[in-house]
Amino acid sequence: MRARVFVTLKKGVLDPQGKAVHEALESLHYTGVGSVRVGKLFELSLEDKPEAQAMAELRTMCEQLLANTVIEEYQIELLPAAGGRS
Amino acid sequence: MTVGVVVFPGSNCDHDMYHAFKHVLGVPTEFVWHADTALDGLSLVVLPGGFSYGDYLRCGAIARFSPVMQAVKRFAEAGNPVLGVCNGFQILLEAGLLPGAMLRNESLKFICRWVHLRVENVDTPFTRGLKQGEVLRLPIAHAEGNYFAPEETLEGLAAHRQVAFRYCTPSGAVTLEANPNGARQNIAGLSNRAGNVLGMMPHPERAVEELLGGTDGHRILQSVVDHLLARPASAAAAV
Repeated sequence: MRARVFVTLKKGVLDPQGKAVHEALESLHYTGVGSVRVGKLFELSLEDKPEAQAMAELRTMCEQLLANTVIEEYQIELLPAAGGRS
Repeated sequence: MTVGVVVFPGSNCDHDMYHAFKHVLGVPTEFVWHADTALDGLSLVVLPGGFSYGDYLRCGAIARFSPVMQAVKRFAEAGNPVLGVCNGFQILLEAGLLPGAMLRNESLKFICRWVHLRVENVDTPFTRGLKQGEVLRLPIAHAEGNYFAPEETLEGLAAHRQVAFRYCTPSGAVTLEANPNGARQNIAGLSNRAGNVLGMMPHPERAVEELLGGTDGHRILQSVVDHLLARPASAAAAV
């Protein structure tokens, strides 16, 4: 099985990178963009296991390493294995 | 008394720190490899600056899990002094030995220049030789020194006098203009509640000789050496 983990800065934490990208978009005349937040995407391929167990493991991975929960939050997405096997 | 300077893959201020302690202050100093699991015989552990593990994921995020960090944690919990400078500070934050986290500098630029710091708390081993409210001049060199902590953590820092240094003007005013990186409340360095763990973004080891442009860093390193010399030998905890 596979999983995607999105890590982004929490609301209220200033994102200088997102701000710079936003300004760059504006300078390219994309005027309709309200704001930009830059985050990270992790793609993990995992051993097959019950969904609940995989989710629990992914959550501890996030808490321990993938995200710094002082400044970041995370979202986990479980995906079927590519081509039916991983 | 022996100082241990931890070497992570990607540390690059380790030799400067070693030089400062060993040759300038004249204190026995050793390198400690990141894979080491014991800190026997050391009285002070220093996590130097650099780009441990390439700064991959987040600064300090991977170094935090190196074997030596478990020993550093026990060493700190036993009350022994631990100093983290720049990347070393970032590692202490990631390891939870100090509260808060680092964001990218507000300007998104790597900033390498001298700054002024106001001494906010002289009741730590690292600041005992300084004067409350005095202004120091030290260099910074970082891209992620924008200190962040939620409001309640900042209140806790204030309540327990954990802020050691704030960025300030040459005359000691803590202003927005004097803040090089966007750090909350101009925080440049802070300690744990007990005061024995201190992290700071400016580099004391780069200001230990007139040749380097200043000696204010010498006073910080000398403070902790004096603290250790004043401590009864039996106080050094075995870790």
